[in-house]
Amino acid sequence: MTFALTIGPGYYLALSAMLFVIGSIGLLVRRNPLIMFMCIELMLNAANLAFVSFGKDMGDLGGQVSVLFVLVVAAAEVVIGLAIVVAVMRRRPKASVDEVSVLRG
Amino acid sequence: MEAVTFFIAAGVVLAGACGVVFLKNPVHAALSLVATLFGIAIHFINLEAYFLAAVQIIVYAGAIVILFLFVIMLLGVDRAENIRTEPIIGQRHLALLALVGFLVIGTLIGIATAGEVTGVPPQEATFLPSEGGLAIEQVTELGDGTIVAPEENIHDIGRSLFSTRYVFALELTALLLTIAVVGAVVLSRRPKIEFESIPETEVSAFFQIEQSDQSSVVVEEVCEDEIAGHEPVTEPKSGSEMMDE
Repeated sequence: MTFALTIGPGYYLALSAMLFVIGSIGLLVRRNPLIMFMCIELMLNAANLAFVSFGKDMGDLGGQVSVLFVLVVAAAEVVIGLAIVVAVMRRRPKASVDEVSVLRG
Repeated sequence: MEAVTFFIAAGVVLAGACGVVFLKNPVHAALSLVATLFGIAIHFINLEAYFLAAVQIIVYAGAIVILFLFVIMLLGVDRAENIRTEPIIGQRHLALLALVGFLVIGTLIGIATAGEVTGVPPQEATFLPSEGGLAIEQVTELGDGTIVAPEENIHDIGRSLFSTRYVFALELTALLLTIAVVGAVVLSRRPKIEFESIPETEVSAFFQIEQSDQSSVVVEEVCEDEIAGHEPVTEPKSGSEMMDE
């Protein structure tokens, strides 16, 4: 059984769009700050997939280099965000993101 | 073959993403996130970005998700969460609207990229990488059927990172990572004096009462210190002592 279907960049972009949408829905619906961070990771990965797909389509290595930078920024963001979550949760263990509007730790 | 790999990996990616959003337990959500990241890595291999596939697994699945799991275990927030509450009115309908909108836009982009309806066909839109950048070297198949690409991919990315085009961004990245490390240490450092946790209800009322008490007591303390000839007590320390009482 052979597939004559060739996978163009449109398929990857559609998958990337779906992944981004799922991530944004999670960001809107969930209230747990950790899950919201994971949804941000999903959206960043969707962007990464689009970067690499476009890069291959255009024959430019810049897409892959951009993904490296996005990776670094994502790591820094997760580190800082989780540190803030830990600092807030230590003060009030029951807090959800709606109650943490005081920014007082 | 590429199509089979694509659809299998796409299924893994989408199932994992749905798991992240819809699973109640944060630990399960983190494991679903690992599945999604593995699927993305498979897509990277499919797109001939071998180095990125390895980095994706090492950095994301190996470091970031482990960090998530550490925090989940540390805080003990693995309790179920009430998804039914809706703090912003109509936010679920807005999310549904966003779903439809993004799907429409994604479809339009896909059609435009495929060059069937409108837009420039991809091959004609291809331009040479400008100065400093590098082109992707194609996978070359030798006479005996061996394929040489992976090392070339790593070499090219390394040379491109340190070329004139990206080296400034690379140095900024180093600065960003340093700032992130210092910030994380500062944020998660425990203060010398342990604060009592604020009651959950009526934060503002509590804060006002505490403020008025604090100001009067601080004045008294300062007066006593001046009489006794001691060094005056600084305001934040006295405020924290008030909170302990």
